[in-house]
Amino acid sequence: MTTAQVEQAGPRQGWFARNHIGLNTALIILMIVWAIPTIGLFINSFRPASDAFGTGWWTALFPPYNFTFENYAHVLGQSSISTAFLNSLFISIPATVIPIFVAAFAAYAFSWMDFPGRNILFVVVVGLLVVPLQATLIPVLSMFASWGIAGTFLAVWLAHTAYGLPFAIYLLRNFMGSLPREVFESAAIDGASSVTSFFRLALPMSVPAIAALAIFQFLFVWNDLLVALIYISIVNPDNLPITVVTAGLVSSQGAGIEFLGAAAFLSMALPLIVFFGLQRFFVRCIVGGSVKG
Amino acid sequence: MTDKLITAAIVVVGVPAVLIGYIWLTEQVLRVLPERRRPGIRPWLWLAPALAFLALFLVYPMIGTIIHSLQDNSGKNFVGLDNFFWFFGSADALSSLKNNLLWLVFLTLFVVGFGLLVAVLVDKVKYESFAKSVIFIPLAISMVAASVIWLYMYQYKPPGAVQTGTLNAAIGIVGAGPVPWLQIQDFSVNTFMLIIVMAWMWTGFAMVIISAALKGINPELMEAARMDGATEWQVFRGIVFPLLVPTLVVVSTTMIITALKAFDVVYTMTSGNLNTNVIANQMYAEMFKFGQYGRASAIAVVLLLAIIPIMFFNIGRFRAQEAVR
Repeated sequence: MTTAQVEQAGPRQGWFARNHIGLNTALIILMIVWAIPTIGLFINSFRPASDAFGTGWWTALFPPYNFTFENYAHVLGQSSISTAFLNSLFISIPATVIPIFVAAFAAYAFSWMDFPGRNILFVVVVGLLVVPLQATLIPVLSMFASWGIAGTFLAVWLAHTAYGLPFAIYLLRNFMGSLPREVFESAAIDGASSVTSFFRLALPMSVPAIAALAIFQFLFVWNDLLVALIYISIVNPDNLPITVVTAGLVSSQGAGIEFLGAAAFLSMALPLIVFFGLQRFFVRCIVGGSVKG
Repeated sequence: MTDKLITAAIVVVGVPAVLIGYIWLTEQVLRVLPERRRPGIRPWLWLAPALAFLALFLVYPMIGTIIHSLQDNSGKNFVGLDNFFWFFGSADALSSLKNNLLWLVFLTLFVVGFGLLVAVLVDKVKYESFAKSVIFIPLAISMVAASVIWLYMYQYKPPGAVQTGTLNAAIGIVGAGPVPWLQIQDFSVNTFMLIIVMAWMWTGFAMVIISAALKGINPELMEAARMDGATEWQVFRGIVFPLLVPTLVVVSTTMIITALKAFDVVYTMTSGNLNTNVIANQMYAEMFKFGQYGRASAIAVVLLLAIIPIMFFNIGRFRAQEAVR
């Protein structure tokens, strides 16, 4: 060992030192433990039902190899699950687009307009960040029922917009508020209206924050169970998203249970694509808004 | 199906168009008003859509829930605190409350502990971003999907049969088990199994936040300590950890709220059976199984009251941040 190496990972440093073998071992074990549950189900979802019932997923790693797309073909062909997948899309996309626009207007007002009560109102928004949506379910449901929209997509769009707003306003306001003041001041001197500064300056400069927020809100809505369960499931089973249908497959305990793995992976496909494609933005959103509950 | 497609397309294109049109229109309306009045009115027009949503779907229903919690099932007669007396006198509700307490303590400890461990470890290796991705992936999927994944981990077959559940097969190698993980009520083993599922999901969340804070620590501080002969462990304990404490507190508050609101995993994996119920699921059952809206509202109010201290903590922290800006 050269002197440099001794200095870098000297004998006194122990397993905790940079690139030490003990540290690597600990980390790799953690990674394996974290990955195994998902890998196990993923492999099982490609095995014939009889194999999956009789032996563990690890036996599929050894010959004779016996994999099939049958489970996925069945799940995609079965109308209830493929419909649920599309329903999830119909629910998630508007429920992501609407709150972002509404929040962007509010965030701009909070950042660049002066008005009495601005700080107090924003403190209220910070307070609303942690309100459990359970505390709103019953009155909102009866409101939807009296409007005649319980069970419709419109109901969940409205609900998800409201539930996502406090975080969206908080994140965008923190971002817009940190944009350089001089830009807005000189635009105002040049006679630009608020509308112009918003669309020409604030919005384009906030694209990183908006992208992060869009991913976060999309995943939140796509992965939601409770909101859909309350506002849709009782009234209109045709509009159920894939989370509710998958959870239903579990509790049915018989019919279709062999397709559970494939259904679960179908529901994970979009979040995983979003995640791998846009992880950077997603992480930024979580770190930037870590006050959210 | 095409109806739905058309509606969704209209909403995605139409709603932003309406909102943009609204903001444009406010400016036209403001032009009619005298110049000096405009700055006073403009912010409220920009805030109006957001405030309308928050008032209609968060603030007003919250007040409604509090009122419902003081009423009987018909929603016409006030019954004082009867629903709360029921809650604190019902064995089922108290068992749910006890489980939430387990969730709160152990989910927080587990997530913050492992999140810190992983954040510190990955900081010292070359494959940092890959390792982070592996730990972080479960956060992107739904709790329903995570529950399905773990149902296969916990799968139990009677002794003698081939164990297809990963966990039972693993302990079978050393001749132990099989254990019906989700059915053991002693020492709330089954509740701990559910908590593990959530911890598996949320460790990545703690990791990215703690890791970001870790990168923010001035490396010269650590170098100076190393120069003075401190071991890596001493550097961590004496310098890194104290500087991370505020971040750990923030992550903990998030996990406490997550634990209090826990619903999906319990709903999917055990439906709250065998003493695994938590208050959010108890509330759901009171609502839809029993039609007890008064009691369900009382449970929601208990949940709200439990979260209020964190709300004030967050507001205090936000104020302190603003003072620094």
